[in-house]
Amino acid sequence: MKFAIVVFPGSNCDSDAFYAIRDNAQQEVIYLWHKDTTLPKDIDCVILPGGFSYGDYLRSGAIARFSPIMQEVITFAHNGGTVVGICNGFQVLTEAKLLPGTLMRNNTLNFVCKDVYLKTSNHSTRFTNKIPKDAILRIPIAHGEGNYYADEDTIKSLVDNNQIVFQYCDKNGIIGKESNPNGSLLNIAGIINKDGNVLGMMPHPERLSDEILGGNDGLLIFKSIIDYFK
Amino acid sequence: MINYLANIKIMLKKGILDVQGKTVENALNSMEFDNIHNVRIGKYVELIVSAKNKEEARHIVDQASSKLIANPIIEDYEITLNELKVE
Repeated sequence: MKFAIVVFPGSNCDSDAFYAIRDNAQQEVIYLWHKDTTLPKDIDCVILPGGFSYGDYLRSGAIARFSPIMQEVITFAHNGGTVVGICNGFQVLTEAKLLPGTLMRNNTLNFVCKDVYLKTSNHSTRFTNKIPKDAILRIPIAHGEGNYYADEDTIKSLVDNNQIVFQYCDKNGIIGKESNPNGSLLNIAGIINKDGNVLGMMPHPERLSDEILGGNDGLLIFKSIIDYFK
Repeated sequence: MINYLANIKIMLKKGILDVQGKTVENALNSMEFDNIHNVRIGKYVELIVSAKNKEEARHIVDQASSKLIANPIIEDYEITLNELKVE
C-alpha cells in the first residue's frame, strides 16, 4: 500500500513519519506539499504529521485547514479514504470538521513532552486491529494544546458510536485524573469519525516505531492500517 | 465601496475553563491585587472590510469570524463596525 505525508510550513514530524512508514512499516511513502492541488490516485492513506503548521497562528491547525492540499484531503476523507492526523494533524482535522470537537490549551498551561500510556478503547477499527486486546501502549506526547473538548451531546455521540479509540491511562491501564496529561475530557487521546476512516490522535506513534528508539508500540497502529489494506 | 474598520472581540464561551485567565488571576491575587477576580483572556482582531453598506460589511465579517477567525465550538465573538471616513 502507499502512504502520503502532507508537509505544511512548520510541520516538524514529517520526516519521522516518513521514516516510520518506509523503514519500520516497510511501505511505499511520498511527501505532499501543502500547495499541491491534487492527491495522486494511488494513495491509500494520508498522514497529517505533527508540528506547528503556519506557526500555529490564530489557533493550531486553523490556517492549515484552508491550504490547497487540504481541500483534496477533505474530499478524499469524504469518499472513505483513510486519513490519520497526529498531534498538529489532529488539530487540523478538527478545524477541518473531519473530526468533532476541538483541542484546547492544556489545563496545566505547560507544553507536555513525555511518554504516556494509552488504553485502546476500540479494537475493531482499521487503525487498531493489530493491537493486542490487553495491551497498554507506551507512546510519547509533545503538545501545548491537546486538551480535547466537545459539548455534552458530541461526547455522548462519541461514546455511543464507539468513536473514542485511545485514552490516557497509567501503566496498569487505569484511566484516571492522575494519568490525564492535559485535561482532555474522558482522558481522550484519539478519536475516529463516525465512518471510521479518519483517526486523530495527540500521541506520536511515529516517534516510537523503532526498537532502537526504546520501543515500537507506535508501529502497531501503522501495521493495523497495512493489515486493513491487505 | 465603503471601507469599514471592524473590531472583533473573541472570548472563550461562558462555562469553559479559561486556564490562562485563571493563572493570571492567581498571579494578580498573589501580588497586591487580591480584590481582582474573574479574569478572562480573549483575542482581539482588527481588520478593514470593503462593502456596499454596513449590513453587507457585517455579513462578511461574521462569515470570516465563524469560518476562521473564531472557533465557534469554544469561542464567542462580538463585532463592531465603524465607517472609515475618506479624508
